[in-house]
Amino acid sequence: MTAILALARAEFRIAARNRWLAIAAVLMVVFALILTAAGSGPTGSLGVDRLSVTVASLTSLSVYLVPLIALLLSFDAVAGEAERGTLSLILTYPIGRGQILAGKAVAHLAILTLALIAGYGTAGVAAFLLDPTSVQGLGALVRLIWTSVALGATFLGLGYAISARAKRPSGAAGLAIGLWLLAVVLYDLALLAAVVADNGGLFTKQVFPLTLLANPADAFRLYNLAASQATAVAAGVAAAAQSVPVWQSAASVLIWPLVSGGLALLSFRKVVP
Amino acid sequence: MLKLTSLTKHYQEVAALSAVSFHVAPGERVALLGHNGAGKSTLMKIVLGLIPYDAGQVSVLGAAPGSAQARAGVAYLPENVAFHPALTGEEQIRLFLSLRGEDPAKARGLLDRVGLHGAARRRIGTYSKGMRQRVGLAQALVGHPKLLILDEPTSGLDPVSRRDFYALLDELAAEGAAILLSSHALTEVEARTDRIVILSGGHLVATGTLSTLRSEADLPVTMQITPAFGQAATVADSLPEAVLQVAQFHLCVSQGQKLAFLARITALGEAVTDLELIPPSLEDIYSHFSRRDGQ
Repeated sequence: MTAILALARAEFRIAARNRWLAIAAVLMVVFALILTAAGSGPTGSLGVDRLSVTVASLTSLSVYLVPLIALLLSFDAVAGEAERGTLSLILTYPIGRGQILAGKAVAHLAILTLALIAGYGTAGVAAFLLDPTSVQGLGALVRLIWTSVALGATFLGLGYAISARAKRPSGAAGLAIGLWLLAVVLYDLALLAAVVADNGGLFTKQVFPLTLLANPADAFRLYNLAASQATAVAAGVAAAAQSVPVWQSAASVLIWPLVSGGLALLSFRKVVP
Repeated sequence: MLKLTSLTKHYQEVAALSAVSFHVAPGERVALLGHNGAGKSTLMKIVLGLIPYDAGQVSVLGAAPGSAQARAGVAYLPENVAFHPALTGEEQIRLFLSLRGEDPAKARGLLDRVGLHGAARRRIGTYSKGMRQRVGLAQALVGHPKLLILDEPTSGLDPVSRRDFYALLDELAAEGAAILLSSHALTEVEARTDRIVILSGGHLVATGTLSTLRSEADLPVTMQITPAFGQAATVADSLPEAVLQVAQFHLCVSQGQKLAFLARITALGEAVTDLELIPPSLEDIYSHFSRRDGQ
C-alpha cells in the first residue's frame, strides 16, 4: 500500500508539472460554462430546470472529452517508462506489476476526478445562480460526476493496455487516438448506418441495444440520459434506445472499469523489458 | 551471492548465452566484459529475473532469480537510464526508498553519498549525463543491497566521476556487497575490479584477475632500444631480430624470451643509451580474448 501511494504521489507530481491537471481542469470548466450559458434557451418550453438541461448537454460532451483526457493521461504510462529505461529498473524492485499499475491509476484517476469536479461543479454553481430551481437537477449532476469517473477509469485502463502493447510512446499515442475515434465516433456512426439500413427490423430491436451496452461511452450516455429522464432534450442514438433498462446501462458503466483494468494487467504482465 | 551454472539462453535460433558458468562472492567486484551483443545485458536481465532462460542454473542470494527473496536483496542500474525529467533528484530517490519499504527521509543522505548534495532539489531534466548516472547509482544503494548488478555504469562518465564511482564501489565491497558490473572496455575497469569475466558471442572466453589474463594471453612485449651515437651498427649486429625505425630499434618478444633479451641488451653496455619496455595494453589483452571465437 505504501508503495502504491508513493508511486501515485510521484505520478501525480509528474502530471501536475506537465500541466495535465491544469489543462484538463481548464478544459472542463470552459466547456461547462459554455454549455450552461448556451442551454438557457430551451428550459422554458420543456418545463425542466436549468441544471438538468445542462447535465444533458454535459453528458454529450463528456462522452468525447473524458475518454480523450483519460487516454492522454495513460498512453505514456508503460511505453514511456520502457523508453526511458526505468521500466526494467522498477520491475526489479520488490513490488508487483499490479501495484505499479494501481499507483499510476490512483494518480491519474485523482487528476481526472479533480478536473471533473472543477468543470461540473462550475456548471452546477452557474446553473443554480441563474435558476434556483436547479436544485432538482443536483442528483443528475452527482450521477454525471461518478459515471464520468467510471468512464475515465475505463479509458485509463484501456490506455495502459495500449501503452503496454506499443513499446514506444509514439506508437501508443497513435493507438490511443485510434481507439478514441473508434469508440466515441466511428462506433456510433456505424451503428447509425446499420439502424438506417435495417429500417426497424430485427437488428434495431434485438442487437442494437446490446451494441450500445457493449461500448462504455454509449452505455455512459444511455445511463445518464435515461436515469435523469432528460432524453427529451437529447437527440440521436440515445433517444432511439429507450428500450434499454436503466439497470443494464448502469451495470455496463460499472463493469467496464473492471474489464479494462483486467485488460491492462494482462497486457502489462506480458511485457518483457 | 550469485552463482551461474551452464546458463544457456536462445532467442529463436540464435544462441545469446551458451553454457556460461561463474560466480560472484560477497565483497567481490567482478567485471563482465564483451562487445555489444556479446550477451552481457541478456545475462544481467536473467539474473534479475526480467527474462527467462532455457537451461542451466541461476542462484541469486540462494534463491531463484526474480523471486521475492532475490528482489529484496538485489539492486540494478540499467544502461542509459533516464529518470523522469519532471521530478527532482530527491523526489525520485524518495520514491525508490518507499518502494523498498525504507524511510523516504534517507534520500538526502544517499544523494550526498553520490555527490549530488547541491542538486537534490533541482529537476532531473536539468541534470548532466553524469549527474543522472549518479541518481541511478544512489537508487542502487537503497536498502543496503547484497548484490549489485550495474550495466555499463561508467559509460559517458568523465574521468573524475569515474574515479568517484569506483571509490564508492570499493566502500560497498568492503561492506560485503557482491558487485557485477559490465563494460565494453577493459581500460574502464582495469585495476578497480577483483576479477574479470569476458564474454564473446555468448560464450565465456576468459575469467580471472587482470594478471592471470595477462599471462594467459601471453602477448608479446615490445622493446624500444635507443642506440648511442654511432653505435647503431653494433646494436644491429647483436640484435638481428630488431627493426630500425627512426633511430630506434623495435623488438617484439614473447613473455618467455623477455629476460633473455634483456640480458643481451644490457650486455651491450655503453652502446645503448635507453631502453623502453612496453607491455601489451589492456585493449590488446581484451581483443586477444574476445576475438578468439573468430569474431
